[in-house]
Amino acid sequence: MNAGVEKGVAKAVTLRRNVQIELQVNGEPTEVSFAPYKTLLELLREDLDLPGTKHGCELGECGACTVLLDGEPVLSCLVLAVECAGRSVETVEGLAQGTRLHALQAALTDLGGSQCGYCTPGMLMTAKALLEREPSPSRERIREAIAGNICRCTGYQQIVDAIESAARELRAGGETAR
Amino acid sequence: MSGADKKFDVVGKARRRVDGRGKVVGQLRFADDLVLPRMLHCKLLRSPHPHAVVESVDVSRAEGHPGVHLVLTGEAFPVPYGIMPVSLDEHPLARERVRYVGDPVAAVVAKDEQSATEAIELIAVRYRPLPTIASPEEALANPEARIHDYGEQGNIHRNQAYEFGDVEGALAASDLVFEDLFFYEGNTHLPMEQQASLASVEGDGKLLLQSSTQNPHYLHRQLARVLQMPASQIRVIATPNGGGFGGKCDPGNHEFVVCKAALVLGRPVKISLTREEVFYQHRGRHPVLMKFRTGVSKDGKLTAMHLQTLLDGGAYGSHGPASTFYTGVLTPVTYQLPRFKFEACRVFTNKPACGPKRGHGTPQPRFGQEVQLDKIADKLDLDPAELRLGMVTEPGSLTASWLRVGTTGLAACIRSVVERSDWKAKHRKLPLGRGVGLACSTYMCGAGVAIYWNKMPHSAVQLLLDRSGQVTVYSGATEIGQGSDDVLAGLIAEALGIDTDAVRCITGDTGITPIDLGSYSSRVTIMMGNAALQAAGRVRDQLAAAAAEALDTLPERVVFSQGRVFAVDDAGKAMSFVEAVALAEAKFGTLSAVGSYTPPKPPGKYKGAGVGPSPAYSFSACVVETEVDPATGWIHVPKIWIAHDIGRALNPVLAKGQVIGGVYMGLGEALMEEQAFRRLPPKLSDALVHRNPSMLDYKSLTALDMPEVDVTLIEDPDPNCPYGAKEVGQGPLLPVMPALANAVYDAVGVRVDEVPVTPDKVLRALERKAKGEAARVGPEAFPEVPYPSPTFVLPPWENGDGDELKGADGKPVRRERRVATA
Amino acid sequence: MMRLPWFEYRAPRSVAEAARILAGEGPGAMLVAGGTDLLPNMKRRHQSPSTLVALRGVDELKAVANGAGLQLGAGLTLTEVVDTPAVRERYTGLWQAAAQVATPHLRNMGTLGGNVCLDTRCTYYNQSYEWRKAIDFCLKKDGETCWVATASKRCVAVSSTDTAPALIALDAKARLASVGGTREIAIADLYRNDGIDFLARKPEELLSAILLPEANGWRSCYWKLRRRGSFDFPVLGVAAAAKLAADGTVEAARIALGAVASRPFLVPKAGEALVGRKLDDAAIGEVAGAVASRAKPMDNADMNLYWRKEVVSAFTTYALRELRGDDMRAERLRTARQALAA
Repeated sequence: MNAGVEKGVAKAVTLRRNVQIELQVNGEPTEVSFAPYKTLLELLREDLDLPGTKHGCELGECGACTVLLDGEPVLSCLVLAVECAGRSVETVEGLAQGTRLHALQAALTDLGGSQCGYCTPGMLMTAKALLEREPSPSRERIREAIAGNICRCTGYQQIVDAIESAARELRAGGETAR
Repeated sequence: MSGADKKFDVVGKARRRVDGRGKVVGQLRFADDLVLPRMLHCKLLRSPHPHAVVESVDVSRAEGHPGVHLVLTGEAFPVPYGIMPVSLDEHPLARERVRYVGDPVAAVVAKDEQSATEAIELIAVRYRPLPTIASPEEALANPEARIHDYGEQGNIHRNQAYEFGDVEGALAASDLVFEDLFFYEGNTHLPMEQQASLASVEGDGKLLLQSSTQNPHYLHRQLARVLQMPASQIRVIATPNGGGFGGKCDPGNHEFVVCKAALVLGRPVKISLTREEVFYQHRGRHPVLMKFRTGVSKDGKLTAMHLQTLLDGGAYGSHGPASTFYTGVLTPVTYQLPRFKFEACRVFTNKPACGPKRGHGTPQPRFGQEVQLDKIADKLDLDPAELRLGMVTEPGSLTASWLRVGTTGLAACIRSVVERSDWKAKHRKLPLGRGVGLACSTYMCGAGVAIYWNKMPHSAVQLLLDRSGQVTVYSGATEIGQGSDDVLAGLIAEALGIDTDAVRCITGDTGITPIDLGSYSSRVTIMMGNAALQAAGRVRDQLAAAAAEALDTLPERVVFSQGRVFAVDDAGKAMSFVEAVALAEAKFGTLSAVGSYTPPKPPGKYKGAGVGPSPAYSFSACVVETEVDPATGWIHVPKIWIAHDIGRALNPVLAKGQVIGGVYMGLGEALMEEQAFRRLPPKLSDALVHRNPSMLDYKSLTALDMPEVDVTLIEDPDPNCPYGAKEVGQGPLLPVMPALANAVYDAVGVRVDEVPVTPDKVLRALERKAKGEAARVGPEAFPEVPYPSPTFVLPPWENGDGDELKGADGKPVRRERRVATA
Repeated sequence: MMRLPWFEYRAPRSVAEAARILAGEGPGAMLVAGGTDLLPNMKRRHQSPSTLVALRGVDELKAVANGAGLQLGAGLTLTEVVDTPAVRERYTGLWQAAAQVATPHLRNMGTLGGNVCLDTRCTYYNQSYEWRKAIDFCLKKDGETCWVATASKRCVAVSSTDTAPALIALDAKARLASVGGTREIAIADLYRNDGIDFLARKPEELLSAILLPEANGWRSCYWKLRRRGSFDFPVLGVAAAAKLAADGTVEAARIALGAVASRPFLVPKAGEALVGRKLDDAAIGEVAGAVASRAKPMDNADMNLYWRKEVVSAFTTYALRELRGDDMRAERLRTARQALAA
């Protein structure tokens, strides 16, 4: 069995040097230097001091690391950080305006859609993209949209309630809540 | 403390939870979000063998890898640990033996995770493989090679038997005896947050561990033990847990390792487990094989039950001794059961250790019991709901095993789901392929005894008030997402007539908060809550005394409500809460109070009577509707109704969320969640590996798979609980699995006596039915288990005294073990 | 956290440039588009390319061209494929397949080309390096034994692409580009029944486009079997396409299966058996049985393999009934959790 130890280990030794890119993070132009093997998830959490984006598997199997890349929800654990040059990234930290919560944030916590809170950042970003594209989604459409975000606490029902409620509020013109 | 007729300001009102805002703005710091200056990163090397002797570990190449600061092996940890004092059988890093694939062997601390990961591969370990024990049957058949050198015998970890009244006699006298075998596959918690821990040496030279743990107090004790340091030199902060469900109750190998590394290096050391490693840490649901022999009268009353269980414990003790008890002890709480016999055995196997998961040990027998009841109702041609309503336990009654039932809303729960689901119009009346199933359950509101023997309180709360009107509450209770901080703030706010905004919660920090045993066994609302109300009551007395003087009234006439303090009979005599605090501070000095809670002594006196008693029990009833395709066995669940006897809902939004969340996890277990293993062909390999250690392969229901749940909260305040509030975190999971299995039967007429209930099993049962064979899939045999002679206790109604039967010599009389003949 | 190994990153701007890099770097280089297949594999050390040739910046891979049929750039994300009106209107089977890949997020990232070239999967292979060490590896990567079939000399890892069976049923072609030029082959010929060497793409070639023939009169559908309503790879995919006369008589039909072998494949006899008949229950039943006999699932994917074989007939029936015009939304909702009505 010990023979297996050497198998499969990368043989090529690559030159180990940081790379540097510029991108927009939550609307701010940002310059950052990082190890090129890093994903957007690692870049945000480790190099941009934005740990609000969570990790649950790092293999694209849970949705916890969802961020918006050029407005689309993607899994930051499978986005190469070098591929974010010149692009726009939105994370949960950029959702509130100052201290005023986005309608989705307020609804999610007020209606029970956030228990342990770990899937919450990813869920919020997914929901934001949905409501920007479809202002009045049915419960079924909401479930389809969040089907890539696993939540172990809520059973999703109160999350769906919250997204429905926030959609109503946003349609009525409310941008933010307390 | 029931306050049954009190009008509430805070309790019962839907509120934003006190920790809610931090979660939605991404500000809440989970353990892996913490960063300290000079922080290093740790990775563990884990065993690729299920069972082997560690002959040597060569770390020299790893130590020389760029960026590596430290490599640790088992030599660093001579002292073993374990969550229960009777099972101190783990080492942070293996010393002589590895017992499952994933057992930690060595650790690397490096400048970053990448370097640590690379260095791990450079450690050379020589193993001498030992025979693999893959199943309980193999464990029973192979006393050698012994996985541990302690336990009952061979590879049996725990083995026990209790008999409450003459069960064989009662079965012989019964109109009918039902004998059924059930199997419940293991599954795991799968919290979204992978465990992470950050250890550091603080400026004062003391060790600080910030970790995703449900039980900082027990962890604190074990750290002192393993690190051989005074507990006063160690501080454990439970970071907010990104879900626990029981998975973060045991101390983890990684927690000791980072502490040791931080102490050696004098620098902060962090570890963050990968998802696969979380599956190895496990401590989840035990796979349990069960045999039920249940006697009933023709009119549908239970006469006696003989329950046998066999638990696959995995490689370590963990909570196993308690888990073993829990596969039986709560069985008699739901329905009147005159006599009860319970035999349980837990074996060691070469898999990650099982332990407590939401419902701890009780979902398995509840599944068997509730499916068997469905079979009994079918045979007796009774409505399953009516059958259950005819035999629910009485409030305040004792069970045959001497558990005090307390308040019970079970009948109300059953009536609620029957009505809301339109049960009478559906059960046995829907067309082929559609069905409904019903099941019930109960759960404890906190274990009656602590994990280690002591006479001290189970929970304590300290309150500190000052003239600013600020109320700070300190408690060792741990927020795992269930809302314990909100319960704490809500109860204090209610008692002092203020808003939860005015309450600051400091929780889960062994350095500054009074001890609470932890977030397990659904104990926090009741135990922390009662301690909080005691502390609040004491402060309130001081505030009332000071306010009464100023308002020219009597202290007992002072009312606290909505931030105001006033005389009950003269609303003109009033002041603000802040003013009252200032007056009391002037009168009594700095305002502070502590409260603590110790559960009542259980009625049972026999050895083992400590597992099962609780200050109160919650009850649930559930109806699941299914659509089952007779051609494929495919199971679709369009709707679930559940009613939960919560005593009182402190914050209905959170309470409802706990219920739906429990249903979610229960439905996942019922349909697809499995912690399953692959044994490679023994002729070719010793390997025994986890089948599905990933979020993709371990199937957690998505938003598309989860039906809408209709929730009813039955509120019948329990006098032992704070404002009457019982638990809600675990109970609602329990009836879902049997209700689903019963609904599948109602839809297509076949029994799957096994969890999970999957379409292939349904189809196999349908094929058997078509061939005229038994329309059932499930275990076919129960192995011969060398259970001991039972401890014999007379039930309360047979003139028992709660103690085991003793002979003239004062020694317990062991009943001769009688093996039933089929 | 699981992390990628070190690699060199190259970002060509054209297909020609990508092809040149690929030819120059040799086997140490790998193509990456959406990254949803390769990056998890790299994190688990299935592949450790020294160079990643990223196709994200190659605009021509995003082209959609209507003409005789429909040309879809291999670099279109699956979401973009789903949102292409021509796909939804004329190539329903592809639309239903693309709409059921993984999750909405992964469809925003993963590309059509990536799904077509998806690495074969196996429960003994799609595990971490440490896990695979515990079984002394397997035939597909670093080991000598196929643990699914220990006597097998061939890796039996399963093809798990959803779009490929749909494209086979639709008789699509793949365009492959290399420094030597481009060539077009039938999608069905892109695959080999070998879990390791499962693509007929040469190492120096890259998939640049998918070419769909004119849809005139053809209707198509795709039925996917998986445990959950999202995330999961197929454990069975049934794609069917048929050209029906005005009276419902089948003029031509093609049925393809996915996730029951190391490649997706056409069942020619099934399609031929339908020609000249109406899609009545008798014809559907006969053909469904014939299709089911071709499925050879192995114990290397989710769910019980015998059951997976048993339900092929039912899923083929659903597909043919949908082609006939039956309202299958209720069945879709039960199995796929989505109506997927075009």
